[in-house]
Amino acid sequence: MADDDWRMKYVDEFRDDKLAREIATEIRQEASGPLKFMEVCGTHTMAIARHGIRSILPENVRLISGPGCPVCVTPQWQIDSFIELGKLHDTILATFGDMIRVPGTCSSLEVEKAHGADVRIVYSPLDALEIARVNPTKRVVFFAVGFETTVPAVALAIIEANKLGIGNFFVLCGHKLIPPAMMALATDPEIKINGFICPGHVSAIIGSAAYEEIVRLSGIPCVVAGFEPLDILQSILMLVRQVVKSRAEVENQYSRVVTREGNVPGMKCIYEVFEVGDAEWRGLGIIPRSGLRLRPEYARFDARQFLSLPVVAEHSGTTGCECGSILKGVKSPLECRLFGKRCTPEHPLGPCMVSSEGACAAEYRYAR
Amino acid sequence: MCLGIPMRVVKVDGNTALVEQGGVSKRVRVDFIRDLHPGDYVIIHAGLAIERVKPDEAEETLRWLTMIGE
Amino acid sequence: MKDDTILMAHGAGGKKSAELIRQVFLSRFSNPALSRLGDSAVLDSIQGRFAFTTDSFVVEPLFFPGGDIGKLAVCGTVNDLAAAAARPIALSAAFVLEEGLSFSILEQVVDSMHAVADEVGVPIVAGDTKVVPQGSADKMFITVSGVGEIPASVEPPAPDRVRPGDLVLLSGTVGDHGMAVMAQREGLRFSTNIVSDCAPLWSLVGAVLEVATDIHCMRDPTRGGLAAALNEIASLSQVNIEIEESAIPINEGVRVACDLLGIDPLHVANEGKMLVIVPESESQAVLSAMKKHPLGSMSSVIGRVNDAPEGSVYLRTRLGTLRILDTPSGDILPRIC
Repeated sequence: MADDDWRMKYVDEFRDDKLAREIATEIRQEASGPLKFMEVCGTHTMAIARHGIRSILPENVRLISGPGCPVCVTPQWQIDSFIELGKLHDTILATFGDMIRVPGTCSSLEVEKAHGADVRIVYSPLDALEIARVNPTKRVVFFAVGFETTVPAVALAIIEANKLGIGNFFVLCGHKLIPPAMMALATDPEIKINGFICPGHVSAIIGSAAYEEIVRLSGIPCVVAGFEPLDILQSILMLVRQVVKSRAEVENQYSRVVTREGNVPGMKCIYEVFEVGDAEWRGLGIIPRSGLRLRPEYARFDARQFLSLPVVAEHSGTTGCECGSILKGVKSPLECRLFGKRCTPEHPLGPCMVSSEGACAAEYRYAR
Repeated sequence: MCLGIPMRVVKVDGNTALVEQGGVSKRVRVDFIRDLHPGDYVIIHAGLAIERVKPDEAEETLRWLTMIGE
Repeated sequence: MKDDTILMAHGAGGKKSAELIRQVFLSRFSNPALSRLGDSAVLDSIQGRFAFTTDSFVVEPLFFPGGDIGKLAVCGTVNDLAAAAARPIALSAAFVLEEGLSFSILEQVVDSMHAVADEVGVPIVAGDTKVVPQGSADKMFITVSGVGEIPASVEPPAPDRVRPGDLVLLSGTVGDHGMAVMAQREGLRFSTNIVSDCAPLWSLVGAVLEVATDIHCMRDPTRGGLAAALNEIASLSQVNIEIEESAIPINEGVRVACDLLGIDPLHVANEGKMLVIVPESESQAVLSAMKKHPLGSMSSVIGRVNDAPEGSVYLRTRLGTLRILDTPSGDILPRIC
């Protein structure tokens, strides 16, 4: 039964409301002038919204949501490709739940499922592999979306499939890398960001050292943050202190999980199966060397072999979509002429509207 | 895209482990965590332990947090 | 020879249908109205106003910790009546069965229905059975309609009767049913001790009606969870409802399962909980009565009603901050992001 004394270990200790208010007070006292900090992790976006972090901060400290939701930055044409695969005979599509409602050009997995596509939601890529194992006469295609936190699990599934000789498991690779996107934003002359709140679990894999070059080239401070309210607030305070002292370095607030070198065996596994390539980010265009693709040795797992048309990572941005500027913190959703007209939460065009807590989706809801 | 929660290791079986928190238990892969023992905590994401949680660092962070207000 | 599998013939209205009705339904739902096997059940006159409701039940899997589709079906309709302060008088049960369904599964489900209906003291007086070809239905769909009697002294609670100054009470923990069912879902593969809270709430409501007659609104927060129910009420009454996160009880297993899958417990279905919204003056007595009842031992005041902004629901977080609590957009789905 519900136990008021039960604490979820390593979670509840970092939700103390008294400490939260104390840190917020410190931030208020130490932060002079307008400051803009960007987080680049969908889970941070959600945590900030869920705990109402913005309303505990002083008005001069603004939090901006960057392109941190891997599902939301998946281009429409790639969702179209996955949908096309689902129309093939004897094919099961396996996907994370996040992807179900994200629209492609004219449909979504949710709609396709209603029209008879065999779409299965999985919690882990290894569950998708299990579906392939128990359905040997069907082709199982897994939509491999996610940043570096998720890639090791996908790599493991592919290595396992290879080892066990499971010949009906395939992957449509949409993996992207966070540091190149951060670097592109950080070195953009239009950028007006005073600091980055770095994704805690991506960092657990890639290590906090991954941000050192970004800091060096841009002079923008980076703090690796955990996901509880106290983690986020402490990270903001650390960023404020760096800015006030005109320092720019990588600091690790989430030291109970993240190390400087990251998870080395996990990284090794990623690069055994995948290699770096260019990738298109919905709303941002192509960012060089910001995505992963299967290495030639694992080409047989590539689901694109079943697509009838060659898929090229062409820039398919919608004219007028201002997500690029909004994600940089340069424009607000209201300054986008598609906002609320062609682009709504029901028919989102760019990631800022696709994500339920993205800048545009949030503006749309709160302005209602 | 970092949804992961800390869970306690109950039993390690080669490259998998049974982890638990609040009566919820799951078998997960632990290929990337060295020297894992029952009682250790790991962060679970998409069926994989992505890192362990270090108790001394957690203590340190909490101490820092408590001191901020003072 | 007793049949063990549902065949198309069982829904055709002839000998096999009659056998099915006798073997499965009459033997369990026995009551005078049903036994007469008329085209309609005839009930004794109901005094005053009566409430009438219907609900269809589909659930996968059919059996889950804490219940099954049968228990769910009866409780769901009984609870809809209870929310209207109506004492259940009679229920009907219509079944759409998939050809090939085993009799033993059907009998187990009907046993459950009988057990709950008996506990509540409400007879199932009418029914229907249709059989569809294999593949046309997911094993079994049940529709239960119900009629109930509202005591003369009670003004029927309704979602548009909520007023600023009212307090919002909740009878217990959130998220148990939805997560119990989700934990069974093939492919998620985690084990828990979460049990569905599926339960008939008429006696809890009866206890409340004994101490108060001015209940503005009652609602069992089923699909869509607390968030959907509160948003609907706020919209229909054109008020603002503000709830306290720390006042909402939640079982540890439900909390962990929600955190693991990225699901908001306030979006998750409950099948044995009641929201009771009353004027502040009645709240102490009502809360007391709820807490004394076995199904309401964890009752608490979870929020209050304000006048503005109309049609909105706010959540005061554990941190003390205020945020909007939206209606969920659709099915609750596991996330990685």
